[in-house]
Amino acid sequence: MEDEMKDKDRKSGSGKNEMKREEAGKNKTSRKPPEKKKEEPFRERFIVSSSPHIHDGRTTSSIMRLVIFALLPAALFSIYIFGVTSLRVIVISICSALVFELLALRIMKRPVNISDDSAFLTGLLLALNLPPGSPWWLVVTGTFFAIVVAKQIFGGLGYNPFNPALIGRVVLLVSFPVHMTRWIAPSAWGADAVTTATPLGRMAESLDTLGHIDMDLIRELFSREEIINLLIGNTAGCIGEVSIILLAAGGIFLIAKKVISWHIPVSFIGSVWLLTGIFYKIDPAHYINPTFHVLSGGLFLGAIFMATDYVTSPMTSSGKIIFGIGCGLITVLIRLFGVYPEGVSFAILLMNAATPLIDRYTKPKVFGARKAA
Amino acid sequence: MAGGFFGGVHPEYNKELSRGKSIRVMPLPEQLTVYFSQNLGAPSNAVVKKGEEVKKGQVIAQPGGFVSTPVHSPTSGKIKSTGFYPSPVGTLMEAAVIIPDGRDEWEEGCDRERDTAGLTSDEIKDIVKEAGIVGMGGATFPTHVKLSPPEDKPIDILILNGAECEPYLTSDHRLMLEKTEEILEGASLFARAINVKNIVVAIEKNKPGAIEKMREAVEGRDGFSVEPMEVIYPQGAEKQLIYSITGRKVPAGGLPMEAGALVQNVGTCLAAFEAARLSRPLIQRVVAVTGSGIKNPGNVLARVGTSFRDIIDFCGGMTDDTAKVISGGPMMGVSQYSLDSAVNKGTSGIVLLKADEVAQFENEPCIRCGRCLVVCPMKLNPSALSIFAERMRYEETGEHGVADCIECGSCAYVCPSKRPLVQHFKRAKAEIRNRSKKAG
Amino acid sequence: MLTAVIALAGLGLLGSLGLAIAARVFAVETDPRAEEIEEVLPGANCGACGKPGCFDLAREIARGNADIDACPVGGEKAAKAIGKIMGIDFSGGGERYVALVLCAGDNKEALKKYQYNGIYDCVSVDMFFGGDKACSYGCLGLGTCAGACPFGAIDILPEGIAKVDSDKCTGCGKCIEACPKGIIKLVPAGRNVHILCSSHDKGAAAKKKCRVACIGCQKCVKAAPEGAIHMDDFLAVINYDAEIPESVAGECPMGTIKVFKTEDSAGQETAGGGS
Repeated sequence: MEDEMKDKDRKSGSGKNEMKREEAGKNKTSRKPPEKKKEEPFRERFIVSSSPHIHDGRTTSSIMRLVIFALLPAALFSIYIFGVTSLRVIVISICSALVFELLALRIMKRPVNISDDSAFLTGLLLALNLPPGSPWWLVVTGTFFAIVVAKQIFGGLGYNPFNPALIGRVVLLVSFPVHMTRWIAPSAWGADAVTTATPLGRMAESLDTLGHIDMDLIRELFSREEIINLLIGNTAGCIGEVSIILLAAGGIFLIAKKVISWHIPVSFIGSVWLLTGIFYKIDPAHYINPTFHVLSGGLFLGAIFMATDYVTSPMTSSGKIIFGIGCGLITVLIRLFGVYPEGVSFAILLMNAATPLIDRYTKPKVFGARKAA
Repeated sequence: MAGGFFGGVHPEYNKELSRGKSIRVMPLPEQLTVYFSQNLGAPSNAVVKKGEEVKKGQVIAQPGGFVSTPVHSPTSGKIKSTGFYPSPVGTLMEAAVIIPDGRDEWEEGCDRERDTAGLTSDEIKDIVKEAGIVGMGGATFPTHVKLSPPEDKPIDILILNGAECEPYLTSDHRLMLEKTEEILEGASLFARAINVKNIVVAIEKNKPGAIEKMREAVEGRDGFSVEPMEVIYPQGAEKQLIYSITGRKVPAGGLPMEAGALVQNVGTCLAAFEAARLSRPLIQRVVAVTGSGIKNPGNVLARVGTSFRDIIDFCGGMTDDTAKVISGGPMMGVSQYSLDSAVNKGTSGIVLLKADEVAQFENEPCIRCGRCLVVCPMKLNPSALSIFAERMRYEETGEHGVADCIECGSCAYVCPSKRPLVQHFKRAKAEIRNRSKKAG
Repeated sequence: MLTAVIALAGLGLLGSLGLAIAARVFAVETDPRAEEIEEVLPGANCGACGKPGCFDLAREIARGNADIDACPVGGEKAAKAIGKIMGIDFSGGGERYVALVLCAGDNKEALKKYQYNGIYDCVSVDMFFGGDKACSYGCLGLGTCAGACPFGAIDILPEGIAKVDSDKCTGCGKCIEACPKGIIKLVPAGRNVHILCSSHDKGAAAKKKCRVACIGCQKCVKAAPEGAIHMDDFLAVINYDAEIPESVAGECPMGTIKVFKTEDSAGQETAGGGS
């Protein structure tokens, strides 16, 4: 098609040079077969580029695919425990994310390239951050904010200061709190959905009403059965946040594949555990056991898959640790003292804002740089 | 075992293509294209003209300053023409086309045996300088300059660089196997020139044969030792090698001598030996001809000035799907557009790759994955540097240390966005140089 | 309530008093003429005059340190207007100059010597053997000049060559600085015969590399009036001070001499404002 265009341009060129065109045509035939000659200095044969001339083969899309792959077990498990409602949310979210990405790229006249799979991943991550059974319009609104507002308006992949999926989730959480906190209990396929509350939500509610920890609830939530349910994900919560074991497995897979480093997940989860542990030690009547804090809510999903988003987290190892600790601190503050039972999303977004600052102050020191320059 | 610097990558080495092939001497080609300037630093000036007869070893270009070297004719013959030809360093460079007369007659005074035992430090430096010897690992920095440290910077260790960390290349490996004694002789000359007693031969552990051979050869030689190195790229980079061996850091922006160390490539040692013992200037070198595009990979002893076309023909020719011709290794080498490019003193290898093996750069935005920070052996932030360079904010690249970049290519090798990082840094360096030149 | 109102009003008074005093004490003398001149200047802050921005030039003109025609972009019109403000008669019949890319070797006419892969920018490709065009003098077509043009007057045609829109061109010369090949020249506007080649290669070599190269045959030199076209190292160069009949173009065996008026856009439709 492009060639056709060029031909047209040529034809429409000034008529005065018609004669010379013919001559040029002659020249064309005379230089046509250079293959036989040994000397062929101007054949456009070799690729010339800067060094290095080889590449390890890992591309943006292969990284995105690895992350998607690591999320699959948790996503599939959610379909198993929440049923069709969960599948529907995931499919709508991914499809609408791709459509928004395509439209935004077209409108903004950027090279249309959704094969880097980043929109697919954003769609999937957002779905995993929504309650199962979310209505379709809620999901589509979320992907609109994630893809169009949080990502493309800021310049597309690589330029967004905030994690797109989290922006989508937080916008929904603030705008439609009722829909975003309507949880359904795990149920087998076909059974009617029963609304319930998440363990964290129940804990916060009982604290609000009683002013101290309800020991019955503690006993219920800390029964071996419930802890196991938390681990394998047989509990209420967002689609993708419930199965701690599968999320952790995905995280270990990503660390082993060197897609992410251990710094953010470990410092994030570690600092949540440590801080809630300190509060628990001080006043066990008002604060819950740290293990419960670590295993419930969206901490694993957030720490492994959302906080480690390349674009919005620091680049150096020390920066990543600071980032993780910051996330942990804010999460704990929101969970213990804020109005929301869960604070992972807000914590990550707030730390996203601090990322340029962290990057600036954790700049690596050039090899051999003198101490006092 | 030595070798643990920050960063680095593990590319596919693919050395088995040519490491088992002993060095073959290439016959005199029909014509030679000898560049008038073959060193880093000040360009040399031509002293011959079209139509002149030259002898083998005759000076055809004089050094253009202290950091510069003479160039010698690789054979006897007639200069057919002079003009600009594509050169392995990536520019069009002035060269003399020499048609050999077939007699291969030496210039008077060359090719005479000499007793090296009584040579003083200054004599050795002069011989090295006159013979036009440059760093043969690829950098082509004039060797006599390295041998002349200022007096307040004493050097106490000489490191023979046999790391050969570049993928594919095997010329140093073969030299260490086949010219072991000569290399060590050359090294002791260097050691004498700068009065150093401690000489370490650094070899990556993927060359056990060379390590073995060198170990045997250094036995009974005072001060020599062999150090097997961890196999990681860029182990052979000067600053990284010094750190791996001595634990000393070359100051940023400084020279290796500031860490009290001198690094010489094993090929350079051989050239020094031949210059001192046999009075032969540097007119030939070993070139590894390898890669999937070459039909019969091997190591070739070729005259300086032999065209890539002739060498490739000598190695059985190239396959039709060869997409890239690289002078040097695939990490730091320079891609060529023409087989008219000819071997110069720094051409350590010719690597021919197919289209599916070569990196394809895209001008996509950085996704800040941080992989480049992890692998950068200079602890730079290639991501930030490239973003500044992209926006033409060259002053800021300078502030962030682009001058310390050794252009090893590790960052671009791992970049998932396939950004042309090294090209950005080369460009930034060039812009900064130009601006400071303009400023006076 | 009342105290609050009084307190606030008092604070406001005090503040405004401070400001009033500051304005008197620290007032900077600005020449009103400088502001008027700035209005006349194009306001592109392109730097072609050598000053950092248009206001800097306006101030210098107002002080009498710069000539009224110091802005090459505004040209005669601006100079006349500034002359009025300054009370100086503008007498110079200064001609308008426009940039012209002296190369017609687009991707259809000129050969390339390799496939480039890297930073999309002329200076960067020039770092490899002087660019991917076989002709080392040719336009590289990656748009470094277009990016440098403050007026969006340069477009890269689909055939891979830069073309100046002489309507939009102000002759500021930014593109000339940016072009690594040095093949953009300022020529007086309104001329209609141009030799679009910069190759100093000898005829045979030039012909091998590009179908519209000047081969140094000198036919145009003979056909044109004395001194209108001269040879510079195998390249025919036009002396734009001379009058050249359009028929000269017909003498060129390579079609290197083009006939188009520089004030009109250079013959081709250009697509959208590229940068």
